[in-house]
Amino acid sequence: MTHLTHNPDLTSSVIYGLGWVYLLLFLMNAYWVRRSYAVDGNFRLSLGGILGKGEQIPVAAFWAVYAGLLLMLAVTHLTGANNPLQFSLKMPEILKEPINRASNPVAFFIGSTAIYVLMIVLRKWWTTPTAGWILLNLSILFLALSVTDYDFRQIVGKPDNVPIVAMLYIVGFFTWLYFKKSVDNDERIAAGRPLFEQENNEKVLTWPDLVYSELICMVLLTAVLIAWGIVLQAPLEEPASAAKTPNPSKAPWYFLGLQEMLVYFDPWMAGVVLPSVILVGLMAVPYIDFNKEGNGYYTFNQRKFAVSTFLFGFLPLWVAMIVLGTFLRGPNWNFFSPYEFWDVHKLELLNNINLSELFWIKGLGRPLPVVPPGATFAQQAPIILLREWLGLVGVAFYLVVLPNIMAATVFKKFYVRMGFLRYMVLANLMLMMMSLPIKMVLRWAVNLKYIVAIPEWFFNI
Amino acid sequence: MSVGDYIRGSQIWKSIFRHPAPVDRRNRVVVMLTNFFLHLHPVSVKQQGIALSYTWCMGGITFFLFLVETITGVLLMFYYRPTLEFAFNDILALRDVTTLGIMREIHRWSAHSMVITVWLHMYRVFLTGSYKPPREFNWVIGVLLLVLTLLLSFTGYLLPWDQLAIWAITVGSNMARATPFLGYEGPGAQLLNIGGYDLITNGSDARFLLLGSRFVGEATLNRFYILHCVAIPLVVSLLIAIHFWRVRKDGGISQPL
Ligand code: HEM
Repeated sequence: MTHLTHNPDLTSSVIYGLGWVYLLLFLMNAYWVRRSYAVDGNFRLSLGGILGKGEQIPVAAFWAVYAGLLLMLAVTHLTGANNPLQFSLKMPEILKEPINRASNPVAFFIGSTAIYVLMIVLRKWWTTPTAGWILLNLSILFLALSVTDYDFRQIVGKPDNVPIVAMLYIVGFFTWLYFKKSVDNDERIAAGRPLFEQENNEKVLTWPDLVYSELICMVLLTAVLIAWGIVLQAPLEEPASAAKTPNPSKAPWYFLGLQEMLVYFDPWMAGVVLPSVILVGLMAVPYIDFNKEGNGYYTFNQRKFAVSTFLFGFLPLWVAMIVLGTFLRGPNWNFFSPYEFWDVHKLELLNNINLSELFWIKGLGRPLPVVPPGATFAQQAPIILLREWLGLVGVAFYLVVLPNIMAATVFKKFYVRMGFLRYMVLANLMLMMMSLPIKMVLRWAVNLKYIVAIPEWFFNI
Repeated sequence: MSVGDYIRGSQIWKSIFRHPAPVDRRNRVVVMLTNFFLHLHPVSVKQQGIALSYTWCMGGITFFLFLVETITGVLLMFYYRPTLEFAFNDILALRDVTTLGIMREIHRWSAHSMVITVWLHMYRVFLTGSYKPPREFNWVIGVLLLVLTLLLSFTGYLLPWDQLAIWAITVGSNMARATPFLGYEGPGAQLLNIGGYDLITNGSDARFLLLGSRFVGEATLNRFYILHCVAIPLVVSLLIAIHFWRVRKDGGISQPL
């Protein structure tokens, strides 16, 4: 898509705003230089013998150089804002191009799942303060650079979308904190030392210890909310009109994960059944988790199954789907890369095919059994059941037989300890959760539309 | 005698607070017991139970945001009239002319924040295993609060009556049309008919119940307004009271056993 000249990548206010961002980042890193000088120690630099036996250089020197660069960036932005056309510090096209080309729903889901797996596997490494700091800096730099792209700014900068960006940082931070504290406690448990939560755990008076922190918290939050209200105006679009459907029409942001599921499921599944299953499943959590360990302290090793399952549901399947639905779905719910123009006319070929069509037409080379128009329910039923038998058997297998197979194999220990009923609830919740990734993969791999397709009864799975 | 001492010694002051300022140990205990608001808390707490790095303070922040929503919401209700004639223009006026129209901004940003903090609160309760016995039931109440928080946000989204509002609600409520048995495009709805007459039509299904109409219209605005300003907040308040009560009765913030 070519850009019209009145859609500039850079404007004075963007450059100026970024100047403040870099200044803030500089200040943060100036603090980090101090911290690093105090705790990180030295390394030996010999420059291949130029410095003889080498010099002892504090690690903080790296950070100092980086902070210096940030300060220069900040000054350049704050002073160069007058002439946006000549300003050249922006996301280079050589970076945009590959990102744009690599982005699609498949890559997005696989990427977020990969991050989820790495997060768990590498939990010892990425929870060190330095690793956390590097990740934070990288993400801020990526965001700051991306803001120099017009199309990116249009979507991410919408007032209602700003909280989502904030949420990503907050969720990221608390996930980091969780793993950090768990790694610490898991090491303590392994070494037979008391848990972090058991140390320094005297009783203190609520006044002042708790009441004061609550007061400070309230004052700070009030200040934040007022500042936010002043800086960012609440959105108000055109007056409502039933005749003008906006494209795309999106539900409120916190439901966009559900709206994204509409790509793979019909409304009765994506909008009613699966949300209900999520809620019932959440309520069932305390009653199906029979593990007595890990009550009242942070740990991963003692609750590997519970935590991994919950994190999978919350991070790749909920938060990441919201990001996808909000930032990367445009007109007609087509996928758009982060730096792509939301073109209403973008065409995406939909040649999805139902399992029954795969079976009858592609497999047997015969036409689908046809329901004659005007047939009564009793006349329809046998034909439809014949047409869809494979999918129906598949679904029944998935929900009825598979839990039993799992009880005898991978979940044997669970089954023995939980009893039939609780085990069945757990197994079905797990299968319901996995139905989304399974349908995604089927869609991408073989263009599968419905496993069971009975539009006559609004019953498509 | 300083003015402060004079005020604190007066009969009025004493009648309100009933004991001297909480500057010594005894009165710090007494203040927690005699003050209506403070007696939500126990007199003393375990250090780790109130550590910011443990609770993330997210439950407390959610509650605080709920209070902010209540206060700013009441102020907005003085201005806003939920009818097709006035709704949009009242919001427009809040933006352009009304003194303290910033209440709308604070209300909206707090609402978004509350959705986020309630998720994070659940996240930390899960990650510390705090739903385990004896706190199972409080977790269930929590899930109800989560749903209601989302519904509060959803019903409020319609009230500005702009394009953003009605189409978001249209997209969201279209799902109800597909409710199994109860939505007229849901599986099984066809089975519910008596002598050839469908019981579930687009004028009698789950979506109609939600919208009060076949499409998002004036009846919907009224319905959502009442849900948003009266019905849901009442239920939420009750559930929060129970939630807090149970936190205490279940032994305070969770601790390693
Ligand atoms: C309007 C929504 C909610 C409010 C205002 C609220 C408030 C609170 C507060 C103030 C606490 C004290 C500890 C803390 O701050 O972490 C608490 C604890 C708790 N909350 Fe919530 N909460 C809400 C929603 C939820 C949700 C969605 C869940 C879970 C699904 C939940 C489950 C719990 C549990 C189990 C405890 C006890 C935790 C412990 O003892 O460590 N709450 N809640």
